Amino acid sequence: MTIPAQQANDGPEALLTVEGLVKHFPITKGLLRRQVGAVQAVDGLTFDVRNGETLGVVGESGCGKSTMGRLITRLLEPTGGRVTFQGKDISHLGVAGMRPLRRDIQMIFQDPYSSLNPRHTVGTIVGAPFKLQGITPEGGVKKDVQRLLELVGLSPEHYNRYPHEFSGGQRQRIGIARALALNPKLVVADEPVSALDVSIQAQVVNLLDDLQDELGLTYVIIAHDLSVIRHVSDRIAVMYLGKLVELTDRTSLYTKPMHPYTKALLSAVPVPDPKRRTKRERILLKGDVPSPISPPSGCRFHTRCWKATEVCTTQEPPLVALEPGHQVACHHPENAPGGAGQAAVAG
Amino acid sequence: MTTDPALHPGEAPTAFLDVRDLRIHFPTDDGLVKSVDGLSFQLEKGRTLGIVGESGSGKSVTSLGIMGLHTVGQYGRGKARISGEIWLDGKELMTADPDEVRRLRGREMAMIFQDPLSAMHPYFTIGHQITEAYLVHNSGADKKTARKRAVELLDRVGIPQPDRRVDDYPHQFSGGMRQRAMIAMALVNNPELLIADEPTTALDVTVQAQILDLIRDLQKEFGSAVIVITHDLGVVAELADDILVMYGGRCVERGPAEKVFYEPQHPYTWGLLGSMPRIDREQTERLIPVKGSPPSLINVPSGCAFNPRCPYADLPAGGVTRTERPELRRVLGGSPAAAGGGGHWSACHLPQEERTRIWTEEIAPKL
Amino acid sequence: MFAYIVRRLFAVIVMLLVVILVTFGIFFAIPKFTGSDPALMYVGKQADPAAIEGIRQKLGLGKPILEQFWNFVTGLFTGRDYVSTGDSVHCPAPCFGYSFRHESPIWPELTSRLPVTLSLAGGACVLWVTGGVLTGVVSALKRGTVWDRTAMTVALSGVSLPIYFTALLSLAVFKYKLGWVGGEYTSFADDPGSWFGGLILPWVTLAFLYAAMYARLTRATMLEVLGEDYIRTARAKGLAEPVVIGKHAMRSTMTPILTVLGMDLGALVGGAILTETAFSLPGLGQAAVAAINERDLPMILGVTLITASAVVFANLVVDLLYAVIDPRVRLS
Repeated sequence: MTIPAQQANDGPEALLTVEGLVKHFPITKGLLRRQVGAVQAVDGLTFDVRNGETLGVVGESGCGKSTMGRLITRLLEPTGGRVTFQGKDISHLGVAGMRPLRRDIQMIFQDPYSSLNPRHTVGTIVGAPFKLQGITPEGGVKKDVQRLLELVGLSPEHYNRYPHEFSGGQRQRIGIARALALNPKLVVADEPVSALDVSIQAQVVNLLDDLQDELGLTYVIIAHDLSVIRHVSDRIAVMYLGKLVELTDRTSLYTKPMHPYTKALLSAVPVPDPKRRTKRERILLKGDVPSPISPPSGCRFHTRCWKATEVCTTQEPPLVALEPGHQVACHHPENAPGGAGQAAVAG
Repeated sequence: MTTDPALHPGEAPTAFLDVRDLRIHFPTDDGLVKSVDGLSFQLEKGRTLGIVGESGSGKSVTSLGIMGLHTVGQYGRGKARISGEIWLDGKELMTADPDEVRRLRGREMAMIFQDPLSAMHPYFTIGHQITEAYLVHNSGADKKTARKRAVELLDRVGIPQPDRRVDDYPHQFSGGMRQRAMIAMALVNNPELLIADEPTTALDVTVQAQILDLIRDLQKEFGSAVIVITHDLGVVAELADDILVMYGGRCVERGPAEKVFYEPQHPYTWGLLGSMPRIDREQTERLIPVKGSPPSLINVPSGCAFNPRCPYADLPAGGVTRTERPELRRVLGGSPAAAGGGGHWSACHLPQEERTRIWTEEIAPKL
Repeated sequence: MFAYIVRRLFAVIVMLLVVILVTFGIFFAIPKFTGSDPALMYVGKQADPAAIEGIRQKLGLGKPILEQFWNFVTGLFTGRDYVSTGDSVHCPAPCFGYSFRHESPIWPELTSRLPVTLSLAGGACVLWVTGGVLTGVVSALKRGTVWDRTAMTVALSGVSLPIYFTALLSLAVFKYKLGWVGGEYTSFADDPGSWFGGLILPWVTLAFLYAAMYARLTRATMLEVLGEDYIRTARAKGLAEPVVIGKHAMRSTMTPILTVLGMDLGALVGGAILTETAFSLPGLGQAAVAAINERDLPMILGVTLITASAVVFANLVVDLLYAVIDPRVRLS
């Protein structure tokens, strides 16, 4: 994986574009199912995914990252905003409309135990996309499935085995083989390694890496583990309570994060280096993440932010590029060029 | 002395917590599961031991074994088989009366669990669950004293408005609050040994940092011996003075945290360090994973459990046969053992010079 | 909590209305559409046309169906008069109907039989809950042992054996052969001793069937609860095993048992038809059987209404108990 040169947004090479994406899940109450509120899972996301890159999406539970993944793969229909894939608006396509696009957009799930049907053989599972799309690959389905199994590091002899015969890591490889069956352009992986042991995690991370090089895939990798995200991503989007708070390339994010939340998040991760334990300065945030049913006004992070001022409670900071390719939504950004703290407000 | 000091059964304990040759086997329909198979370690008060391992390494079963919880509740089924010695503060627990061990639980040794939501009874208030732990070990105390103690501890672990929140139910607490309440519950009787089993795995990163901080502060304040069980090398690096790496139910390496992180002496430890993506540095290299999958605990390889996955298994092993179990041996040279740490030990057939060479020349530069 | 009770009560009222509507529909509206004449059923086949016409007028069968329903509902609360040319009968509130066969209102008949059924259901319930839950708990704690296997085998036979078999067998053995128990049903107020003596066999027979189901349910639930993390926490606190089981595990085990108990009790209030028939207990179930044999429609309707209401009320009680047991219900 290489880090592409920093480019301005909406470059011509965007594979997927998301504008003002919103997803609210209504909460109903009583006999009449009256709507009394909504879980604002995703509330106005704008970003793009460039051809051949890996976009990492990171955030804590309830930040809406998984919902976002399901929206851009159109497993969910957005409440508002637009998702454009290769120039085509797919925000409200129906099942039939999405079918041809299912070849190009695939998803890998977190739990390798529940995402594979225990009654189907590996051959049936990995070959299912062919059947669904009514495609017969050159040389037959079986041969192609065996090629895929080899591609993900399994043996072609595993064709007739059942999922329960495999370990967690191997099951995740089966899930990856299934996702790759139709030669997708975009693969969205939701916590692809978080259910796996450390030593197995590395195998799968490396596999995803190799496949990207070999097949020219574009990845959106959603994870809560900042170390994994740092390792796999070219660009990283940080989410908090349904909003994007920061979006930039990996080096800038980890070396000079601008959003206080990103900074706190990075400082909170335990570092596997006992000598640093005494040296490092850790920003301890107060409390837990607020509920996405009634998110705080203004900047959603202001309730836990040590830099919050009056303006943060009333005005929502827009996501603006403070440096080329480094977008932040904050009234008082850290590491801003030339003390541009107030510029963000104006922007 | 190059063999494990703990392998002298019956002798007086050498530490506050002295576990010797612990074996916990579970009979199942598929065969005998050897969850823990010959584990020894020592721990002094005021120190923290981090037990690191992947799923199925036996780290959680070890903690249940120390607490005497491995068989309780195994009603009717083939009971777990346990052997070895567990000395806590001069008492041997394995041969002690089960009721005596029960009275030690929650008073001298207490435990924090992974998922505070499922680890607390949904039908009782937080206060009730804390006072219950207090009252069972303080038969003279009345409910009012117990409640006062509960409020005091909730306050200490950082719950705002503890006198009001004490009457809340677990579902009314957030995840981080629940883990704080769980810690308060464990500390209510000032235990001398605190075992935390994956205390932050179920929590968000920012909350995890708060809880790790809290555990560290409380240890300073209470001076207890702490065992932290985790799969996360970051968490042990934050908390532990000493580290014990488990694989296939056995200890493969043990020593002061800095030794294990900077001069590891076992190929499995190298594998763990190499598999781990780093947050603290830019990595352009690929990760170095451990090949294969964790061993089955029913058919543990006869020699070194790590043998099938070890990239150095083909190197000459100094005259020992492959089918022989490598015993823990003290790593020679370097500084003498840190207080209570018991020195640096590892269980590998490879000669020590060879391992030092591999680490410094082949592994460390790539990390 | 208050809002919860109000919501549940409101739901009960709605449910009762639905019950009345459905019952009424079965007995009056459907015959109207299928073309059969309810009046004919009310008096029997041999009645002369004048009598049938009289019934038709009294019941207002000629009136629109909605008006009929309205009269039926108001009758439940205020009583009603059945009037035909030259004849009129009064049915005082609560008017569940009027049996033209016996020329008497249904309600007094129902109320006289209710205590019998309640005695049977209540006594049996105490027996089966204690027996079933205890057996289930012990089986769970001694899983896989001889005790567990025996208890579960007995429970399986209890579930599978038809009640008329166990009832007749126990009658044959304990009443006729050994003569230990027996006698007619006597009301508790008259003589508690013979009340008990007369009911003990039906109680045991009925309880045997239900205890078997409850034992299996308790065992399964208990085993599941014992695997919960909070049980391990309770042990880690140093609580003694009886406290862990009796307090922490039992509290959670009770929830599904309560659910089933509510439904079972509700249904039993409508009459344990087979048990009452086998032991000749003059309860609601027996009345229902007699009414079906005699084609006494108002009586059948009355029993149906009582049974359905009992189920609804039992569910209300269960819902309220849930709130007491589970704070998540109470506080959400």
